[in-house]
Amino acid sequence: MSAGIDLQNVCCDFGSFRAVDNATVAIKPGEFFSFLGPSGCGKTTILRMISGFIEPTQGTIRIGDKDMKGQRPNQRPTALIFQNLALFPLMPIWENISFGLEVRGVDKATRRAKAQALLEMVDLPGAADKMVSQLSGGQKQRVAIARALAVEPKVMLLDEPLSALDLKLRQHMRAELRAIQKRTGVTFIYITHDQGEALAMSDRVGVMSQGRIQQVADPREIYNNPVNGFVASFVGENNIFAGSVSNASGGMAGFDTALGPFRARLGELAKGNNIKLYVRPEHTVLSETQAAENSVPVTVSEVSFEGAFIAVHGQTTTGQTIVAEVRNDGSATVPEIGAARFAHFNAAHASILPDTTAAGA
Amino acid sequence: MRNMIRRYGASLTLLICLLTAFWLLMLVIVPNITLLESSFRPYLPVTEIGGPKDIYTAANYMKVFNGAIEVSPFGLTFQIPVHVLTFSLTLFYSVVVTLICFMLAYPLAYFMAKILSARSLPTMFLLLFVPLWVSEVLRAFAWWMILALKGPLSWVLLQLHLIDHEVRWIVGYNGVMIGLVYTYVLFMIFPVYNAISSLDSNQIEAAEDLGAPWWRIHWRIVLPHAKPGIASGAVMVFMLSAGSLLVPSILGSTTSQWFTQTVQQWMLDALDWNTAAAYAFLLLLMCTLFVSLVMKIFRVKLSDIAN
Repeated sequence: MSAGIDLQNVCCDFGSFRAVDNATVAIKPGEFFSFLGPSGCGKTTILRMISGFIEPTQGTIRIGDKDMKGQRPNQRPTALIFQNLALFPLMPIWENISFGLEVRGVDKATRRAKAQALLEMVDLPGAADKMVSQLSGGQKQRVAIARALAVEPKVMLLDEPLSALDLKLRQHMRAELRAIQKRTGVTFIYITHDQGEALAMSDRVGVMSQGRIQQVADPREIYNNPVNGFVASFVGENNIFAGSVSNASGGMAGFDTALGPFRARLGELAKGNNIKLYVRPEHTVLSETQAAENSVPVTVSEVSFEGAFIAVHGQTTTGQTIVAEVRNDGSATVPEIGAARFAHFNAAHASILPDTTAAGA
Repeated sequence: MRNMIRRYGASLTLLICLLTAFWLLMLVIVPNITLLESSFRPYLPVTEIGGPKDIYTAANYMKVFNGAIEVSPFGLTFQIPVHVLTFSLTLFYSVVVTLICFMLAYPLAYFMAKILSARSLPTMFLLLFVPLWVSEVLRAFAWWMILALKGPLSWVLLQLHLIDHEVRWIVGYNGVMIGLVYTYVLFMIFPVYNAISSLDSNQIEAAEDLGAPWWRIHWRIVLPHAKPGIASGAVMVFMLSAGSLLVPSILGSTTSQWFTQTVQQWMLDALDWNTAAAYAFLLLLMCTLFVSLVMKIFRVKLSDIAN
């Protein structure tokens, strides 16, 4: 009932602009896969190519081992949930949901029953005869999901469907979408620019930038071991230190930076390579005394209260701002603005990546 | 009102209001009331106007039922008053004109609203508007020439060997219909275009994604959305066609009679302005009733059209 999707060397050009460049990825049946990237990175183009609204300029798209070349959207086993949902405002909810069945020539009584069953699944049992305009944002969202599920697609494509909802509802719908995906076993391909959404819901994430897929991995891997500067800086916050490898021994290395020497895991780099160190704010600790290594003196310049944590901004002697997150559980004291502290991180928590301008970092 | 005074000053506002009031009262309301009043009075010599014979009566309206002739459509033979027949044919052919206009306008409006690129749209509008720069009389005459027995249309078709002898195109109501469609099709295109442009293209894509073929997308998504636009276009084309005098006069054949021509004959040939007025109001009233009825059948509200 669910199918995998194979993209092989897929390119898409709009005139002289290459929107998607050589995308190759295999999405497994039943997987919740997200394409994550900033606007204009080509993720929506990929989705529209899978659903059939755009033909790729090059490359092949296979859905469940079947080449989709020349297949119109109405011939593909996919169902797309649009960013603005695109519900039909002139039809009652049950006709919206059963539109795909009406197309397939299913009789009215069966359609009505199927719509009711789907409405119960998305927790809206009483909405069958309402009109779209009578529903709230979250309810419309559920109707859109039910309408897409009604045609029993092998692949569900979701184009930032939660972006119009408020924060609470968005978090609720994340869990809901994930649950529906697990229950139905349908392959979900989810497009988003919201890294929180992608990391929280997905089995795997494909991070995109400038038409290229930068990294495909599970959320932990993406967050903890980004493959390049773009992924590191797009997914989550980072304190970034530029420098070069000064010595290497036993997997650990010393780095020279403008802020003095650092030590961290080396990876596949050699002495003399220009690198950047990426350290997460939650791995950055502020202390009153200097630690043995990876410790930078800062002056606290800003304290911003974020709720679950407090972000403390410190200014280094070179003018760089380092952010440290202090958990708001009373375990640490929050320094005053102007206080002198040392920003410190554990060598194991730094990601070291080659410093190439091409990576877009 | 207060806004207008702030923007234009009190004297200019007063002037604008007075001019509008003058136009409305003297050029619309008073002539119509005069006409309505005279339609209920008999046609009398000047000396008897205001005399004992000058009474209010519905006799002018009743004249429409005079003079029965025999017609036999579809093998059914029956008697019908000649003016009622003219009136029925006027309504019928106006409906046909409206339908033809819709069938021409809908695909074009859809093409302009959803397929044509924004860059070529102004050119398209220009092409549609260019014929309007020429007066309606000239355009009707142009068609009269095109459709003439030895005119350009016959000549072109002869050269293409599509016909083997010249065809008399202006027969029956053909000329009138061609002229009316040509003159009023724009009044259908623009409201339908407006309605379709306001449809979210995602809805069309969503329907296609759910498996709908093109005709079902139009039947279930585009047409229902465009209904108010279609209705306002249809009302305009129908009313303008039924009320047109120029096109039937120029492009009519010996066997075509439009109800407006009957009104004109009462007015200019018989010089009976009272009966002419009665017929004119009859046309207005019946067309309004007919339009309201059709709107009721298609469940279109007046407020939908106004949007």
